[in-house]
Amino acid sequence: MVSIDVWDASVDFPIFDAKSRSLKKQVLGKVGGKIGTESKVPVIEALHDISISLKDGDRVGLVGHNGAGKSTLLRLLSGIYEPTRGSSRIVGRVAPVFDLGVGMDQEISGFENIMIRGLYLGMTRKQMEKRVDDIAEFTELGDYLAMPLRTYSTGMRVRLALGVVTSIDPEILLLDEGIGAVDAAFLDKARDRLVDLVRRSGLLVFASHQDDLLLELCTSAVWMDEGRMKMRGGLREVLTAYKGKDPFANVSPEAAARLAAAPVSAVEGGE
Amino acid sequence: MSAPSTVQSVTVPAPTSAPAPSDSKSWARAFADIRAGVANRELWSHLGWQDIKQRYRRSVLGPLWITLSMGVTALGLGILYSQLLGSPIDTYLPYITTGFIVWAFLLGCLTEGTETFIANEGLIKHLPAPLSVYVLRTVWRQCIMFAHNMIIYFIVLMILWGGITKSGYVITDGGVPQPGLNWSALLAIPAFALIAVNAGWVVLLFGIISTRFRDIPQVITSLINLLFFMTPIVWSTDILQKRFGDGVTWRSLVAELNPLYHFIQIIRAPLIGAQQSWHHWAIVGGFAVVGWVLALFVMRNYRSRVSYWV
Repeated sequence: MVSIDVWDASVDFPIFDAKSRSLKKQVLGKVGGKIGTESKVPVIEALHDISISLKDGDRVGLVGHNGAGKSTLLRLLSGIYEPTRGSSRIVGRVAPVFDLGVGMDQEISGFENIMIRGLYLGMTRKQMEKRVDDIAEFTELGDYLAMPLRTYSTGMRVRLALGVVTSIDPEILLLDEGIGAVDAAFLDKARDRLVDLVRRSGLLVFASHQDDLLLELCTSAVWMDEGRMKMRGGLREVLTAYKGKDPFANVSPEAAARLAAAPVSAVEGGE
Repeated sequence: MSAPSTVQSVTVPAPTSAPAPSDSKSWARAFADIRAGVANRELWSHLGWQDIKQRYRRSVLGPLWITLSMGVTALGLGILYSQLLGSPIDTYLPYITTGFIVWAFLLGCLTEGTETFIANEGLIKHLPAPLSVYVLRTVWRQCIMFAHNMIIYFIVLMILWGGITKSGYVITDGGVPQPGLNWSALLAIPAFALIAVNAGWVVLLFGIISTRFRDIPQVITSLINLLFFMTPIVWSTDILQKRFGDGVTWRSLVAELNPLYHFIQIIRAPLIGAQQSWHHWAIVGGFAVVGWVLALFVMRNYRSRVSYWV
C-alpha cells in the first residue's frame, strides 16, 4: 500500500555562511520563505506545519509562486529532507524528477546517466539494460545518447529524465516544474505516457505553472504560499482561487476535447 | 464516465491517523540506512567505477595512470632515499613501495572521505538514497585505486626478488634482521579487509562532520603532509632503534603512538616478509570498534541533517 503521511512537519534550513550578515530585521518579501533569526545561525523556514496524507490514486498538483515551497515540499515528500519538526512516513518506491541537470553527471554519456538513474530508482543493471532501447526510442535522442550530457539542451535532459522515469514502474512519482521545457510534439507523446504511468503508479505529486498539464495529470491541488499550505482541494477550485480566474476559461477547444477524453483528468465534462 | 469530480476531493482530509513520532534520530533508521546502502551494491560499485573512468576519460592510458604515477613516485623516492639512508636498494625499494601504496589508500580515504557528501551534493538533493551509498562509493573507489597500485608491488617484487626473500635481510643497514618473504604474506589479505572496515567509519564520520564544519577538510589537508613524514614510510623504525636504543622515550615512541604506523604495518609487514607483530592488529582492530561506535552514533543523530547541510 503506497502512502505518504506528514504530520505538522516543518523544514528549516540553517544558513551557515550568512552568519555575519545583519538579519536584525525580519526580511519578509513576497518571494521566499521566512528567515528566522532567533538562533545563532540564520534559518530559512521553508515549510511550516505541513500536514498532508496522500494515498494510492491521489494525483496532486502543487501551485504557488516562486519560493513558496513547492520544490521543498516535493523533497520532503520524497524523503530527501526529513522534517526538522513534526514527522513523516513514506511507504513506497519514490521516483523523483526534480531540477533536471543537477542530479545528472554532466561529463558522462546519456546511456550512463540512464543506467545510474535507473539504479537509483531501485532497478538492477540487467533490468535497465533491457529498458535502454525503449528509452532511446521514446526520447528520440538516438546517437546522442552516447554523447556527454553537457552537450544536451534543457529539453533533451527533460526527455532523458522522463524517459527513465516513465520506463520503470514507480509507486510514487514526484515531478517538479522543469518538464515544461520540452517541445510540443514531445510533450504530446510524454503526456500519453505520463497519463498512462499516473494511472499505473500509485501516487503523483506535480508542481507546475502550466494549467493544461495540471489539468491533465492531477485531480486535486495544493496551493503553497510562504511555506504553508494555503489551500487544499479540488484542482479547479484551487486553481481558480490561486489565479483569480477559472482555468477552464482559457483552455483551447482541442485541449478541452482531449481533457474530456482523458479519464485521468477526472473533470466533469471539461467541455 | 462520471468521474468523481473535483468537489469530492475538497473534503480530502489532513492525516486522520495519529501522528507517528519522528524516527529521524533512531538506531533503527541508522541501521536501515546502512543495510539499504550495502544492498544497493550495484549502485555504489557502478558509481565507484564511474569515478575512476571519469577521472581518466579522454586520457590515452586511462586508469593505468594510477599505476604509473605510483610507480614513478615509488621508484624516485626509493632511489633517492636508499642512497640518503644508506640502504640496499633491493630491500629498501619494496619497503617504500608497499608503505607508499598503503599510505595512498589511507590518504585517499581520509581526504576524499571528508568530501564524500559535499561532492555528492547534487545527487543527495535530487535523488533519495541511503547515505551509506556515498560512503561505500568512496571506499570502493579507493579499493579500486589500491588494486591498481598493487601492480607496482608485484613488478617490484619480480624485479628485486632476491632482496626480501632471503631470511635475515635488513631494510636499512644495521637494522633488525627480517624473516624474509614467505606464505605469511597472505596475511595481507585479511589485513586489507580490516583496513577497509576502518575506511568505512572514517569516511562516514569525517564525511558527516565535514559537511557541517567545512573547516575540517582544510585541517586534514594541512596536517596530511606532516603525518606522512611522521609515519615510518620513507624511514624505518630501525633508525629509531639505532639512534635511541630500546629504551622507552618519547623519541622511540614516535612511531608507536602514531596510529597510521599500525595501519601501514599490518599490510606492509607480510608483503615484504618483515617481522610481524600482533599488537598492530590489536590496535587496528580496536580502532575499527571504537571508530564504528563513534560513526554510528554520529550517523544516528545527524543522518537526517546531511541533506540540509550539503
